[in-house]
Amino acid sequence: MAWWRRKKEALERPESGGKISVPPGLWTKCDSCGEITYTEELVQNLRVCPVCGHHHVMPTSERIAAMIDEGTWVEHDVDLTSGDPLGFTDSKRYVDRITAAQKKSGRLDAFVSGTGKLDGIDVSAGFFAFEFMGGSMGSVVGEKCTRVFERALEKQCPALVFSASGGARMQEGILSLMQMAKTSAARAKLREAGLPYISVLLHPTTGGVAASFAFLGDLIVAEPKALIGFAGPRVIQQTIGQELPEGFQRSEFLIDHGMVDRIVSRLELREHLGQLLRLLGSGEAA
Amino acid sequence: MNETRVLDFERPIVELEGKIRELKGLLAGGSEDMAKEIARLEAKASELQREHYAQLSPWEQLQLAKHPDRPYTLDYIGEMTTDFVELRGDRAYRDDPAIVGGLCRLRGRRVLIMGHQKGRNTKENVFRNFGMARPEGYRKAQRLMKLAEQFGLPVLCLIDTAGAYPGIGAEERGQAEAIAASLELMAALKVPTISVVIGEGGSGGALAIGVTNRILMLEHSVYSVISPRGCASILWKNAEAEQTAAEQLRMTAEDLLNLGVCDGIVREAIGGAHRGLTVTAAALEQALSDHLDQLAKLSTEELVADRYAKFRAIGHIEQAAAEASEG
Ligand SMILES: [Zn+2]
Repeated sequence: MAWWRRKKEALERPESGGKISVPPGLWTKCDSCGEITYTEELVQNLRVCPVCGHHHVMPTSERIAAMIDEGTWVEHDVDLTSGDPLGFTDSKRYVDRITAAQKKSGRLDAFVSGTGKLDGIDVSAGFFAFEFMGGSMGSVVGEKCTRVFERALEKQCPALVFSASGGARMQEGILSLMQMAKTSAARAKLREAGLPYISVLLHPTTGGVAASFAFLGDLIVAEPKALIGFAGPRVIQQTIGQELPEGFQRSEFLIDHGMVDRIVSRLELREHLGQLLRLLGSGEAA
Repeated sequence: MNETRVLDFERPIVELEGKIRELKGLLAGGSEDMAKEIARLEAKASELQREHYAQLSPWEQLQLAKHPDRPYTLDYIGEMTTDFVELRGDRAYRDDPAIVGGLCRLRGRRVLIMGHQKGRNTKENVFRNFGMARPEGYRKAQRLMKLAEQFGLPVLCLIDTAGAYPGIGAEERGQAEAIAASLELMAALKVPTISVVIGEGGSGGALAIGVTNRILMLEHSVYSVISPRGCASILWKNAEAEQTAAEQLRMTAEDLLNLGVCDGIVREAIGGAHRGLTVTAAALEQALSDHLDQLAKLSTEELVADRYAKFRAIGHIEQAAAEASEG
């Protein structure tokens, strides 16, 4: 990350899907083409590089503001936080990692769940906060994601999950693994009820999140050039002992192999999701 | 099993057994008192063994779980079932020998059984891919589960894998989707389901056949979100820290019972299943039969609800103080 990029905490966080305001005069360099852009301009452009179209990492608050209609977002499950069920310590204690991640991200864990309108349609939505421990899924993420599906069922509305995660959170051991089962079981109920679930795959979506609800969407939409797969590229490379092909596990590779329905630019994502939901019958007059 | 490969911590037990055998040979045809004395020594020895194996470290448990002589899925199927007919292929791409499955009877009851299958030697392991399934393996599993549902057969799954295979082809054919679809299918299956970790329960590749009404574990099996080695290389930045990682991950049967994931531990032969397949398989057969009897009392709706409630309750969550709840 470039040294002149501003700290995230300084951004004003809209809690109800409004405009993001950024103090003027700050610059961001494009990771892809190297072009330097005013951060304010980049943020207004949903952090898509105006020169090359590269999709920069987008803080979760900006993501919610970009996807949910202004003034309609109600966050739920706001007070859920991780315990330390295993008493896990690696080079740091898990509890200290949690505290540090909470300070850094301003969030209690790696997932935001809520309800609101997307392009005028009532939705139950979940957003991974990749800035919190790489969006890793432990008990809290699993619980909140499960509630996104359960809430959709309760409100008889579609569910959307925007995934960006390295997978299961190791520090909660087997409990993290079992969140894959829990979320998938909740998703199954939604399918049985005939309610739509659209999964949006962001950069990166791998491991236990990819191998559960993220690949269980009725429709699966990916942002361009997102890294998506089960195993991480490094693990695969170590296992097979050969170079990986160009573009391997990127959105474009996945669409070629029939694994996702659409690749959609972030600039068109909200409208596109709205259109898909309406085509599936949501938000249409009965 | 004379050609058993012996691990370091197994050596004292194996030596003790050898000595008793030797003593028996020397005293063959001796007095009744001598026979009693030998019986006493043998009882003492198995008591010591039981204590020894009840106190294994997580690292030692892991070594037993991955023991090269440990019985695999087909060994248990051979011991526990009759009429086994293997069914192959995913009807889409190919047959994956890393997962085997088929129809059989367990104590006369018609069931569908499947499991990961490791190889006993290099040649077999090349064929079985070390029990690491590719997407077609999970899709075969899904096909068999749907078959079982259609014909009202309970599903038994034996888990024994280091994990799903991380390869280029596996990714091209949707490893993540294959596992995910298995999870969802199992969650809603309208027949009784039981999984048993018989050796290694490695991550999503294990769970893909593990979303069941009951989760059992053999005494010395392990079940984990990631291999201790993988965990060590990521969190400790040093794969050599794997012993510490094995402890931290809480992956033994006892740990999983305490964490509310495992529903029952099946005792193995003293020293591990590889030192007594018949005894271990008999204990497993009994446990499976008992659980199937219980599950047979549930209606279709109750089975699905029972499974949902089981997984819905897994996890550890705390409530933050109100003022800390918004970022
Ligand atoms: Zn650019």
